[in-house]
Amino acid sequence: MTHKLVPEHRILKEEEKQEILKNLNVGVHQFPKILKNDAAIRDMEPKQGDIVEIKRKSRTTGEAKYYRVVVVE
Amino acid sequence: MSKKIPSTIEKRLEERIKLIDVDTSTKKKIRKEVETEFQRMQVTSGEAVGVIAAQSIGEPGTQMTLNVFHFAGVSEMNTTVGLPRIIEILDARKTPSTPSMTIYLKKKYAKSEDDVRKVAAKLLHVNLGDVADDISVDLLNFRLTFSLDEDLKKTYAVKVKEVIEMLEKVFKDCEFKMLKTEKIRVKPPAEADVKDIYKLKVKLLDTFVKGILGINHVLPMKTESGEWYIKTAGTNLKKVLEIEEIDTVRTSSNDIFEIGKVLGIEAARSAIIHETLEVLNQQGINVNIRHLMLVSDTMTVNGEVKGITRYGVTALKDSVLARASFEVPTKHLFKATVRKEIDHLRGVVENVMINQPVPVGTGIPKLVYRSEKDGAKKRDKSSK
Repeated sequence: MTHKLVPEHRILKEEEKQEILKNLNVGVHQFPKILKNDAAIRDMEPKQGDIVEIKRKSRTTGEAKYYRVVVVE
Repeated sequence: MSKKIPSTIEKRLEERIKLIDVDTSTKKKIRKEVETEFQRMQVTSGEAVGVIAAQSIGEPGTQMTLNVFHFAGVSEMNTTVGLPRIIEILDARKTPSTPSMTIYLKKKYAKSEDDVRKVAAKLLHVNLGDVADDISVDLLNFRLTFSLDEDLKKTYAVKVKEVIEMLEKVFKDCEFKMLKTEKIRVKPPAEADVKDIYKLKVKLLDTFVKGILGINHVLPMKTESGEWYIKTAGTNLKKVLEIEEIDTVRTSSNDIFEIGKVLGIEAARSAIIHETLEVLNQQGINVNIRHLMLVSDTMTVNGEVKGITRYGVTALKDSVLARASFEVPTKHLFKATVRKEIDHLRGVVENVMINQPVPVGTGIPKLVYRSEKDGAKKRDKSSK
């Protein structure tokens, strides 16, 4: 299901995750969080600690990438 | 830091650059200039963006009307606007004071008023009490009879059979029978006494028989471009999105929590921005969207919607002193004492309280001195 309020979510592969962590120079716990049972990623079988890449449509920059780490409630 | 400019600026730059008559090398120079200028205009790290956002939303907020209600359209439907609505959104109240949905329909249904009214009738929450007529309690035979009002049956598009089906689901121990006159006869369980039968009557009238639970009012409306849509009082996003005639892409609710639950945290974030911006625009107030983006990002960092209150965002703070400085200080201090909490004084508020440099702007970088004794290399002036 697509909805105008929901941007594209994608779970990063392990290599991509490591690269992001290296590029941003942060640890997993420093990311904003997304719940494992969040409606937008529920069907993608997320695991705790996965990083989700969100392609937001931004009014200021056109498209912005945002990252959230999957947490269990 | 990447030396890229966002796609929106790039697009505008390309449009402008086409219009001027210069050679490619000059164009390249212009692009470079725009890039460096963009880098220069970005917020420097350490800037106290939160304070700026608070002031930028707070100041125009003083100019907002304090009117709670405003008539939307011709009907008797109310929506909360103005400052009360802003407070409601930012405090992340569990339910808005006037929950409402904007329901768009698929193209083929959105053209004529008749089609829209049909869908609207399908959505409306109908209790048995709204359609039932002349309910009589027959104490002699110990049963209830009622009929459905002919006119109301048409307006709400209710069928007797459907009503009985719904009632049977709720009242499993009662017997329902449709008589030839389209009346419905209810036989309560054998052990029921007179008191029970009157209780049953009240319960029956309060039973939901048709439509979508929570949609209390529907109002077909028309946009300027001639498209019909439906405004409702009451929300039930999940159930409405399941209906076939609905445009599931644009249909939305004004209940942030509901959006968070049905569509996810990112949708809730966009909804916060969208809703606050809408209220501000209605009042003719111009707040830079970046401030609202910051606020909504803060409200959703934790994966669920948290308000800017002592139970929400402030409760997430690590520092005891920072939490205590917001509201009800004694409660926080006592609790922290019991739990033996340690304050590492890393935030701004704590450091203001103890009269130390705050980690903001130039307060962030620290001077580190390493003497030769600690293993620092002797600086060789000639090497650089």
